[in-house]
Amino acid sequence: MSRPTPLHEVHKSLGATLTDFAGWLMPLRYGSESAEHTAVRTAAGLFDLSHMGEIHVTGAGAADALDYALVGNLGALEPGRARYTMMCEADGGIVDDLIVYRLAPEEFMVCANASNYLRVARELTDRAKAFDAVVDDRSDAYALLAVQGPRSQEIVAKLTDADLANLKYYTGLPGTVAGVDALIARTGYTGEDGFELFVAADDAVELWGALMEAGAAEGLVPAGLSARDTLRLEAGMPLYGNELTSATTPMDAGLGRVVRFDKQGDFVGRAALDGAEPAKRLVGLVMKGRRVPRHGFAVVDADGAVVGEVTSGAPSPSIGRPIAMAYVTATPAAVDIRGSHEPVDVVDLPFYRRKK
Amino acid sequence: MSSIPDELSYTKEHEWVAGLDDGLTVTVGITAYASEQLGDVVYVQPPEVGSNIELGDAVGEVESTKSVSDIYAPVSGEVTAVNSTVVDDPSLVNSDPYGDGWLFQVRITGTPDDLLTAEEYTALISGDS
Repeated sequence: MSRPTPLHEVHKSLGATLTDFAGWLMPLRYGSESAEHTAVRTAAGLFDLSHMGEIHVTGAGAADALDYALVGNLGALEPGRARYTMMCEADGGIVDDLIVYRLAPEEFMVCANASNYLRVARELTDRAKAFDAVVDDRSDAYALLAVQGPRSQEIVAKLTDADLANLKYYTGLPGTVAGVDALIARTGYTGEDGFELFVAADDAVELWGALMEAGAAEGLVPAGLSARDTLRLEAGMPLYGNELTSATTPMDAGLGRVVRFDKQGDFVGRAALDGAEPAKRLVGLVMKGRRVPRHGFAVVDADGAVVGEVTSGAPSPSIGRPIAMAYVTATPAAVDIRGSHEPVDVVDLPFYRRKK
Repeated sequence: MSSIPDELSYTKEHEWVAGLDDGLTVTVGITAYASEQLGDVVYVQPPEVGSNIELGDAVGEVESTKSVSDIYAPVSGEVTAVNSTVVDDPSLVNSDPYGDGWLFQVRITGTPDDLLTAEEYTALISGDS
């Protein structure tokens, strides 16, 4: 039985189509997912991301513990800043991709994927044993609401005294929004400007209502996981379970830069990853036709030989044609869609970049 | 609740069939319920004009953001027309599933006996949800 989020009744009252995702009952879409996608690109969308995991790591040794447990250089992170990073296995395979917020010199919050946060919490606890640090999975206490899109700042500014104009991308500060205590983070997974608001689960319904009301004039609409997936895909952002797996290294995913060999000391995965060459290449594909490539479909070269596999694919509202990310070992020419080789253009990622 | 017009016949695969009364040519589409379940339809591939289709065969595809579904022939016969407008603008399947979103027409050879009435189809999808 899937778990409802603290906003479940709100989603039901909005007539959302619900879907099971990583053990959670989540809104897939409220109406047309393409309209939700476009609203985020042109105005703003409101997402319930309460399925994400929030794990606090605190103590004098918290920074050292994270530097050992994760591939990034978290000790160098300034309080108030956030960083995209990963947890790897000893063999270099990816356990999860994460955003780590440094809330205070001795307090970090690790935001993990819904499908992985129990594993991440377990691994963090295990890997932090030799350090003066406490790992506390507070996922159940949190709700996470995201306002994403070019009008996001105007909308959230109506409800907070926080200095949003000076809150840079990948920073997060405690504040209040609509009278609710929140960690206000300028992060997201859509390729647009936006905010992620970490609040107590009991405050979620009140904050959702206040945001919807404040954003009505700016065109804020509720947006579901379907739009979130096409938005992140257009932005070339990887998804755990698709582009990122335990059989994939950060280098394979084109994200070798997140592995900080320059930091002091050992970290889990260092030996395996140091000097590792990518075994495959992540590419962007734009279909010439209209049939949609899906996760797991074979990618073929000009001779029809299989050279890789689609990791994510969807119709792209911004481009107007289906797009995909795929791991390949040679130049792709087509995707095998149910027996028919449908031709592709190979493009650099991301497919979509917002105008600054 | 999705609209389920009384005058149409239905299949378990969520297609509708219109025009059975004259016993000659029928029009086929997918139901409002099916289009809502699929989400935004982005690609429609109806069978080819002139092809002979057999009841129950997969004869085309309807693809949405999240999934792809086969279109099963609800009748046997020869395809006499396909809706090229819906091929160019698949969103018509969502916005007008019983009207401009029709998919193809078939000159039928024999009348199928297992189509559902509107009432039976309503019962079917009530059990679904």
